[in-house]
Amino acid sequence: MWEQIAANRRKSVFLVFLTAVLLLALGWALGEYFLGKGMGPAGMVIAAIVWLVMTLVSYFQGDSIMLSMAGAKQIEKTDLPILHNVVEEMTLAAGLPKIPAVYVIDDPSPNAFATGRTPEKAAVAVTSGLLRRLNRDELQGVIAHEIAHVRNLDIRLMLFAGVLVGAIVILAEVGLRGMWFGGGRSRSRRSGGGDSGGGLLAVVAIVLMILAPILARLIYLAISRKREYLADASAATFTRYPEGLASALEKISRAPQKLGGANSATAPMYIINPLQRAGKKAEAMAANSTSTHPPIDERVRILRSMSGQGFAAYDESYRHLHGGKGVLPGSALKEKGAAAEPASRADRSPTNSASQREIARQVDDFFYRSAGYRRIECDCGAVLKLPKDFRGSEAVCPRCGKVHAA
Amino acid sequence: MIPLLIFVGLLVAVIAWVVGIYNSLVGLRNRVQEAWAQVDVQLKRRFDLIPNLMETVKGYMNHERETLEAVTNARAAVSGAGDMDARLAAEGGLTSALGRLFAVSENYPDLKASTNFLSLQEELASTENKISFARQFYNECVMQMNNKVQMFPGNIIAGMFNFSEEKFFEVTEEEQREAPKVDFS
Repeated sequence: MWEQIAANRRKSVFLVFLTAVLLLALGWALGEYFLGKGMGPAGMVIAAIVWLVMTLVSYFQGDSIMLSMAGAKQIEKTDLPILHNVVEEMTLAAGLPKIPAVYVIDDPSPNAFATGRTPEKAAVAVTSGLLRRLNRDELQGVIAHEIAHVRNLDIRLMLFAGVLVGAIVILAEVGLRGMWFGGGRSRSRRSGGGDSGGGLLAVVAIVLMILAPILARLIYLAISRKREYLADASAATFTRYPEGLASALEKISRAPQKLGGANSATAPMYIINPLQRAGKKAEAMAANSTSTHPPIDERVRILRSMSGQGFAAYDESYRHLHGGKGVLPGSALKEKGAAAEPASRADRSPTNSASQREIARQVDDFFYRSAGYRRIECDCGAVLKLPKDFRGSEAVCPRCGKVHAA
Repeated sequence: MIPLLIFVGLLVAVIAWVVGIYNSLVGLRNRVQEAWAQVDVQLKRRFDLIPNLMETVKGYMNHERETLEAVTNARAAVSGAGDMDARLAAEGGLTSALGRLFAVSENYPDLKASTNFLSLQEELASTENKISFARQFYNECVMQMNNKVQMFPGNIIAGMFNFSEEKFFEVTEEEQREAPKVDFS
């Protein structure tokens, strides 16, 4: 577990470095072209400022922006005891230093995400649609996947990678647009003087501007998919029960709703790609290399054909289904620890459908409460919920007919 | 002059290397202790929840004196345990006693309908999960520590500074195998 995290930390540093180099090169090319020959360094300075501002803003504001964009509400343990317990359980399994803040999003589409630049500042958010559909074991699998993103430092990695892509896209867009409208100073000069070096530079700049954003996006997506596989594998080692996540993913993929409040910047943080619904098979295959997440049915298949609960079992299962190289980083496989012990609990509850009803009930109660509904508990065990603007003076219990004063 | 410089350089390199291994051993040992603290918190939490549970079930389960007593006795054994080994054995006994209590509680529909009991049951089941997840993480930390202490070159440094292997927290065979008894008579 730790080797893998150290490797991820190195990758984060490398990404930030790569962002800087690419941006500076692009800035130099744009500077040479638009600001005139010899003005490359000035372009680099502008690019550096863009990079710095984007990195700082997303690093320090990213989590709160994402939570507020999704319309997430923070909950306490008393609001949704089962959800909070499951988060606590997975926090312990992952050995996180602190229990992440738990948020709920009132959205019928089932999804979940994690955010926060360090494990100490992490937050986990789930939609009410997810909570209403899953039983306790499935919920545990989903939360384990999200906690794995926190634990593996994926959030920071994808954040830096996202900044890289965003900065490149912006700069290239500005450059191409500027060229389209003929704003280049060097071009007007060239038409007068016939500067062959400028012509070559222009070609280099154009190629850079067209290729860089595409390449950056593809690399970004490839990293994102790798991290999803690793998070699935980590979830299996945390819960020692791959079936929980597998059946949760299956239920999630069957849901028709599309999630509001998500966009391409926040997509890699979710448990499944919120922008893309499970469609036809062929479509999914084509979408594979252009998606933040691997196809769901493939993730389910890998989880289901695992012969154990460790990283090695996950990688072996992937290789078995695909042939060729595995999908997890070597640093994760080096550790024997995760494969050591089978499930410590034999008590996978037979009352799973009961837990599903109970979770759904807690979710309903929470949203009724936060919408200002009043609760009246009848002697027969039924609970009456009166809306805030209820005008009548009494309410009749629908089950036993008892009249309550409102 | 040059040989002296080379010698000093080598010496510094060796010292830096030893310091590096020493520090990583200290880090691993702290991690093990921290992981154990997490297990301990959950064990204590379970210990504290039991009187509440007994109070709730007492009125409903008059015919299960034996099961209830087993839980009370197991809890007493935990607080009375002297050393670590005895305590871990006692905690294992408590786990199985509680398991039996919840198994027989299925026979009491009134009890199952009580919201107080249901929330206690979720609390205890979750605490039971937390114990085993914290234990799982603790054992992983112990494994890391022990690998470092046993393998070359860590074993030399560990020997020099008295780092010893840590103990795994294993669940005893008896507790693992014991299924809740069901009486159909």
